[in-house]
Amino acid sequence: MHSVVQGVLAFVQAWWVELLCAVVIVLVVPLLAGYIVLVERKVMADMQARLGPMRVGPHGLLQPIADALKLLIKEDLVPGDADKFIFWFAPVLSMTAALTSMGAVAFGPWFQVARDINIGLLFVVGISALGPFGIVLGGWASNNHYSIIGAIRSTAQLISYETTAGFALVSGFLLAGTLKVTDIVKAQLDDHAWYVFLAPVGFFTYLIASIAETNRAPFDLPEAGSELVAGYMTEYSGFRWSLYFLAEYANMIVVGSVGVTLFLGGWLRPFPNVPWMAWVDVLPVVLLAAVGVFCVRRAGKQPARVQVLFMWAVAAACLVVALIFALAAPVRLAPLSFMYAGLYGAFWFLLKVSVYLYLFMWLRFTLPRFRFDQLMRLGWHILIPLALVNVLAVGVMLALYLNCGWNRWLATALTTIATLLVGMLLIRWNDQHAAAASASIASDGAQEEDAYAG
Amino acid sequence: MLDSLVFYFFASIAVVSAMLMVTRRNAIHSAVFLITALLSTAGIFLQLRAEFLFIAQIILYVGGIMVLFIFVIMLVRLDVALPRILSPRRKWVAISVALIVFLEAIIIVLMSRKIPGQGLLVSNPYPSDKLPPNTEDLANSLFGLYLLPFEIASVLLLVAMIGSVVMAKKRTDAP
Repeated sequence: MHSVVQGVLAFVQAWWVELLCAVVIVLVVPLLAGYIVLVERKVMADMQARLGPMRVGPHGLLQPIADALKLLIKEDLVPGDADKFIFWFAPVLSMTAALTSMGAVAFGPWFQVARDINIGLLFVVGISALGPFGIVLGGWASNNHYSIIGAIRSTAQLISYETTAGFALVSGFLLAGTLKVTDIVKAQLDDHAWYVFLAPVGFFTYLIASIAETNRAPFDLPEAGSELVAGYMTEYSGFRWSLYFLAEYANMIVVGSVGVTLFLGGWLRPFPNVPWMAWVDVLPVVLLAAVGVFCVRRAGKQPARVQVLFMWAVAAACLVVALIFALAAPVRLAPLSFMYAGLYGAFWFLLKVSVYLYLFMWLRFTLPRFRFDQLMRLGWHILIPLALVNVLAVGVMLALYLNCGWNRWLATALTTIATLLVGMLLIRWNDQHAAAASASIASDGAQEEDAYAG
Repeated sequence: MLDSLVFYFFASIAVVSAMLMVTRRNAIHSAVFLITALLSTAGIFLQLRAEFLFIAQIILYVGGIMVLFIFVIMLVRLDVALPRILSPRRKWVAISVALIVFLEAIIIVLMSRKIPGQGLLVSNPYPSDKLPPNTEDLANSLFGLYLLPFEIASVLLLVAMIGSVVMAKKRTDAP
């Protein structure tokens, strides 16, 4: 017994940084997911010329907490014909996969749980690929037709778009020459370019595939509200439902982090190699201070006393964090410089992930949902061939640059144009194919109608 | 000590879930236990410091093949299809195949005269506290020493893939 306690203590002593990071991730991600939901509702309201949640807290700022409380105390229903064990197990699986895969994501140069693993981003991608099992098994265990249709759609969608995402990641890995998360970001620093500029087609195929993998609109067929009630989560309620919900948003953060790490320079600030652009480092302080001042100015206009207090609290928090950032700047050269690097890295990383997620929301409220055959055709006829050609193009680009001594940007431009031409051919060929297919369907329908008429 | 503890943890989960997979009546339950067995095998790979095999096992077998399995299980009505597939003759074939594989394993263990898990590995040139760069090692051996077998295998897989597509395709010209 004594030796067990000692072993645990030694383990904690050896790994306390990693343990702390893991605990922070597990605690913060659900809160963050709740606030992403609030931002999403606000963005949706803004795009539809409404106000969105306004009642709970100033501008609805306490809405996520109220929602979480409501979900926790809601009745937890299990359908009588459901497979109890799998029904219980499925949402947990989704959530576990999403949180575990965050272990290898580097939120800034120091905030990472699994720092030294060689497979790096592959770990993130592979573990987060386990999440859809939760969706599939949950849909099956509910014993409901809507749920099982949602589950089957989700499986088909996953199989189709995982391949595209994989090939898109390969094009980035080719450029970086490593799978390690920290080394990928360092490679982008050494190459003087984010990989989105060296493999633009790769980035955009990854973007589309990542939206499809997280089941977000316009690819939200597994939960399509207007046709399947709520798809795989029709029978879920209360806390289990909120686990699915959290898993979806945690997965969004994961795919965003992978995209940012590989294609958008990870925690590097814009123009990391240009010395006179160093003034961007002031941006976090200015941004936070501006939010703080805004909150102070708005505090007097709040209708209720609680809201005024809350506004002051937010303002104080923003100003304190801004002060920490400002004070951290002089210690850049001191032994504490790693803190500076970590803080600023985390700021830029989270900013980029937020922009990525904003893009998700923007697309969700702009585009109508795909039909299932359109989704399959986009995946198999356009995206997978395009991603394959792109891997080839990046390989050719690297060969021209490294072995033939071409200018890197010239090689990139040529190969990208070639890839885009192939893409245009694919779309054109696919359009003709689709037209022929729909013509044949139409003629079939006409024959059937004739049969009925006869 | 810790290493063997981890190994026996994953190995026992793998064996128990493999047994449960065979004995379950419900096909989805079998699939879930197969997933557990595959995941714990991945854990054993990790314990052997083969990170790349670990993630390849998870991405290919769990994330790819098992998703397809479950997809098929959901589309096929097994309560109708199973009685047709299960015949006494097949049972004997299965039992004899299992026996042969088991005997093979015993013979290999006896011939190497070693406890499994010890001394079967090539000596590891890397320090034990750091993981060896086995992604690079694997790539070097696949694309260097074993390039020809690798290419032959990939051509074979391609042929199998195209063949299955051709066989599965609806014949529109058939009456």
